[in-house]
Amino acid sequence: MTEWLEDGYDYLRDKLIDGIAEVGRIAMLVGDTFRKLGRGLRSFGLVVDQMDHIGVQSLMLVFIVSLFTGAVAAVQAGYQFANVVPLKFIGSVILRSVIIELGPVLTALIVGGRVGASIAAELGTMRVTEQIDALDAMAINPVRYLVVPRVVAAVIMLPMLTIIANFIAIIGGWIVCVTTLDVSTHTYVTSMKTFFFMKDLWSGLIKAFFFGGIIAWMGCYYGFRTEGGAEGVGIATTRAVVSACVLVLVSDYVIANVLFRFIFAS
Amino acid sequence: MIKIRDLKIRLGKKQVLNGVDLDIPTGKTVVVMGRSGTGKSVLFKNIIGLMHPDSGSIEVDGQEVVGLREKDLNEVRKRFGVLFQSGALFDSMTVGENVGLPLREHTKLPDAEIAKRVADRLEWVGLKGVEAMKPASLSGGMRKRVGLARAIAMDPAYILYDEPTTGLDPIMSDVINRLIRSLQQRIGVTSIVVTHDMNSAYHVADEMALLNEGRVVFTGTPDEARTTSNPMVRQFIEGSSEGPIKP
Repeated sequence: MTEWLEDGYDYLRDKLIDGIAEVGRIAMLVGDTFRKLGRGLRSFGLVVDQMDHIGVQSLMLVFIVSLFTGAVAAVQAGYQFANVVPLKFIGSVILRSVIIELGPVLTALIVGGRVGASIAAELGTMRVTEQIDALDAMAINPVRYLVVPRVVAAVIMLPMLTIIANFIAIIGGWIVCVTTLDVSTHTYVTSMKTFFFMKDLWSGLIKAFFFGGIIAWMGCYYGFRTEGGAEGVGIATTRAVVSACVLVLVSDYVIANVLFRFIFAS
Repeated sequence: MIKIRDLKIRLGKKQVLNGVDLDIPTGKTVVVMGRSGTGKSVLFKNIIGLMHPDSGSIEVDGQEVVGLREKDLNEVRKRFGVLFQSGALFDSMTVGENVGLPLREHTKLPDAEIAKRVADRLEWVGLKGVEAMKPASLSGGMRKRVGLARAIAMDPAYILYDEPTTGLDPIMSDVINRLIRSLQQRIGVTSIVVTHDMNSAYHVADEMALLNEGRVVFTGTPDEARTTSNPMVRQFIEGSSEGPIKP
């Protein structure tokens, strides 16, 4: 019994130490990214390439998911409003839930899956095929050359994708409202305009900015830490996606608290 | 000249380098031989600062590189060209972009001058007109030669070769060996070749060093290696599983 407890204690202690070390290494990568930001931005072509990869190439996926997100929001609102709240308010409910929460979070989760995996796989393959060593050997800092363009592109493109996702989701909601819930376009738009607050839109975009950083840093961190061959790349990819998605949800809660309890409270 | 003194590094529980002493004279090609897992690549990575030793000293042209800050280390690295075992070409770039990368990053040469330098270096390694090709469409030998063209793009004082002939057929191995020799004669570069290919070692070496259990156990010319009575060298040259070097 004592041996079993000691093994359990050792296991938990090792896991805790590993976890703390991992947080430290991620913090160092983030710090290194800020230190190399100035020089990294001089190669703006690399940032533009990543903006295409992270943003433009995610558009179709974001379009499909957002359209159905808005549609589902309308169906759910219609069901919950039945005999309780007049349907003339449905536009504002869809609008606010989309721009505050659904747009930024679902966009981040979709992009986190697609882009986080792709960054981790690309950098992981570069690690195991000595391409990152080759950069170091050529006196080209890998954080400046590989991480800075991805992080900058992600923090620019996530808010842009979120704006597009918001717009498409509102259209998805409108289609359901006018075709199945007997709500006119005029009622839907009037409801949205009545309860639209600019701070709601800003809160979603601020979240998207942070989500972009989280996704890019997780992909880069696990890509850089890849060991072994194909198996190592697979492990890195999985870890990057899982950690990005978990951190998006955790940070969503933290940012929402800061924004709505302090900054936008008045 | 590179001077390595009492270099030690432990990776996990294994003492990989255990007091390496080695001199690389200017203008010479020194071949570091040894069984797989004896620390040849670790030594190579320590010289270029990709790994950091636990103790010991590495001097490049009189400058200590162990413990250098990144900025100063990068200045030392600019004097080196490195050919990695796999070539380590960037898949997302064309051959021309790969070879021109260090020039774009470290010089202010105009694009036309970079293109000319890239074409020259590719011609030196026998690959004229392949600038637009992607690394994925190249054979193993071509990848190594493109890697070599990239390594010499900045006219380095030193070139490090990590297993330059591994995975190549005998004819392509000979092509690489001749390139290593011709580069030394053409630009007077100092070279360190890490290999366990004895044919290649005899072909390119001015001096040879045998690494075993984390130490250099022999240094000498190729003729001295052929005639030495050192049992480790004899065993390694003869490729025998019986002798002082444990399989």
